[in-house]
Amino acid sequence: MQSFIIRRLGVMALTMLCLTLIVFFLVNLEPNLRRLAISQMDMRASIEDQERWLERNGYRQNFLMRYGQWLGVLPKQPNLDAETGKAVPRFPYCREPASARFSGVLQGDFGCSTKFKVPVAQKLFPALGATGVLMFWVMAVMVPVSLIIGVLAGMREGSRTDRALSIASITTAATPEYISGVIFTVIFAFWLGWLNGSAASATHQGVTFHNFTLPVITMATYGTGYIARMTRASMVEVMAQQYIRTARLKGLSFRAVVLRHALRNALIAPFTVIMLQFPWLLTGVAIVEVMFRYQGFGFTLIEAASNNDIDLLLACSLISVFVVLVTQLVSDVGYAVLNPRIRVQ
Amino acid sequence: MHLDSIGFPAIAAAMIARFLPVWIALAAILLPSFKFRKRLGLYGQLLETGVGVAGLAICLFWLFTAVFADIIAPFDPLRQIVIMKNAAPGTIEPESGLPFILGGDRLARDVFSRVVFGSQIVLVIAPAATLFSLMVGTMLGLPAGYYGGRVDGVLSFLANLVLAFPVILLFYLLVTPGIRETAIPQWLGGVFLVFPIAFFVMLFWTRYASRPGLLAVQLGATLLIGGWIYAGLVFDADPLRIISIAPNELNIFVAVVFASSPGVFRIVRGLTMDIRTRDYIAAAQTRGESPWYIMLWEVLPNARGPLIVDACLRIGYTAILLGALGYFGLGLAPESPDWGTAIKESSRLLRADVHPALPPVMALMSFVLGLNLVADALREQSMKD
Repeated sequence: MQSFIIRRLGVMALTMLCLTLIVFFLVNLEPNLRRLAISQMDMRASIEDQERWLERNGYRQNFLMRYGQWLGVLPKQPNLDAETGKAVPRFPYCREPASARFSGVLQGDFGCSTKFKVPVAQKLFPALGATGVLMFWVMAVMVPVSLIIGVLAGMREGSRTDRALSIASITTAATPEYISGVIFTVIFAFWLGWLNGSAASATHQGVTFHNFTLPVITMATYGTGYIARMTRASMVEVMAQQYIRTARLKGLSFRAVVLRHALRNALIAPFTVIMLQFPWLLTGVAIVEVMFRYQGFGFTLIEAASNNDIDLLLACSLISVFVVLVTQLVSDVGYAVLNPRIRVQ
Repeated sequence: MHLDSIGFPAIAAAMIARFLPVWIALAAILLPSFKFRKRLGLYGQLLETGVGVAGLAICLFWLFTAVFADIIAPFDPLRQIVIMKNAAPGTIEPESGLPFILGGDRLARDVFSRVVFGSQIVLVIAPAATLFSLMVGTMLGLPAGYYGGRVDGVLSFLANLVLAFPVILLFYLLVTPGIRETAIPQWLGGVFLVFPIAFFVMLFWTRYASRPGLLAVQLGATLLIGGWIYAGLVFDADPLRIISIAPNELNIFVAVVFASSPGVFRIVRGLTMDIRTRDYIAAAQTRGESPWYIMLWEVLPNARGPLIVDACLRIGYTAILLGALGYFGLGLAPESPDWGTAIKESSRLLRADVHPALPPVMALMSFVLGLNLVADALREQSMKD
């Protein structure tokens, strides 16, 4: 088990290295650098001015050197002013070391956000916290609801409850966030007037039932159907097992059979599915946060991507890839722990 | 100025009347298939359950809507008739005397016509991209599952690399106007489009190598048609000018195939690893068949059930992805009538007007729902065997 986890961690590190290299390559494509230069300068800046800006801020150095500096395996050179010879920071809103120093992601320096004009860490970590709050509520709604629906549907396969719940979960699985968001906003915010159509106030004034219910149910809807389908399939399979029949035949009530014998075994598969939902949840987070103007991680990611904010975008992709890989690992390890029949060698 | 309008029953009637070609086509397909369902194999089994019939009817409805869009839509989806700005559903356009059945949007275009024409974009890109990613995933997943070992290690690592990318980030990096200035979409497209051609070449080669006459015809046809499509799609150099694709569409297409083929790869690999242990594979190996013959003619046909179900779900998922692309304004032109762009446009103005938002929302939802129902019915049927 230990060597399995260590090997997995090694593959994880390699994956993150490859992915950040790809992202680094893509954000540093010539058209993207031009776009950055234009957004940082006057719209009418000439090509020569843009070129000078890119040159001055170190975007014209060797690609691999810059990647090494970002990663923290090569020392970052201070930015010397051509006239005075003194070190000046590239961006006035971020401090920089005055002498050459290893200062990259490995040392905890994520760089400087050109869009928000703050160091990346200062923008990113509050946003992650905000998204953490959103995710907590989404999970708190989605997991119990979908498990209950799945268990109720799979308990008696082919019954009327099963049919109705199955159709309902197929329908929600066909409703991505940008659709359920529109439908829920129309119903609850405009027709009924119960809820707030925007979560912008949640960012600063705290989460309330009014401003947070819509983003949470919008995000939970899409996942609920999928997890409920998986739970149902797993429950149906378990209910057909011999030991369930034995338990019924020895005279236990249906209720006791479901709660005591079937449930635990039926919930192993959905656990994996819930864990593997994370890569998709990140997309959902982006859509929901943009739609309801909630300044979390997804919102930051979209802002960084649409403004080619290189350092912020790299940090965002690093974190999202990290989250995806960790959940994959947790799901594999958790599966082995939950299911005694599987022992990883 | 006051505009005449029609009431709700008249709106419903006008809509049903507009879709007349679709109803006729639906009846022409569904009634005979229902009658002969016992003889139609997997397709016939689909019609045995209510869920299957409903799903199939919804999918066919949108398919025929896309086919007959020119007849169904009363207005040009891009034409702006200023007087109809934000018109309520059923408002009659004075010049032609025809009603804006579902009202006008912010830019005074007919919402109904836009939804109808939007179906064309979704129904061309989503199934085509799914088909390509199926072939890419199959061509890579078969050897990975069959040989295992180092081949599997390398390919699985690459697939997991793409799968670890959050989809939205991938699209923001791969579908931008900037990237269209570079040759990257062409490169990616060039690499991905080789796989379908390779697929058919291998398919015929492994089976008919002993019959050179037949093989030559098949290979010639494959290379001719494949090369023609390849030239048209990748280099935009179709000599007959029939197949052409705008740079932004190629960009979207390539990105969707790129995002979706690792998923297919994983499924095909898993199925192949399972099927490889069966006796008929051992029998084929003993006969001395080549590995690719076994993969394409023994393993693949036996993996078709789960693959068909996955393909149905995947078309729906791709439609959702296309919608998300439109929602974020990536790739498609801002005036494009596709459903995602329409949802983006109207969802920002929900407070003012609700009616332009609901039709594209319902369209996308029902289409994906139809595909999910078909997939569900197919899965149920395959469980029975």
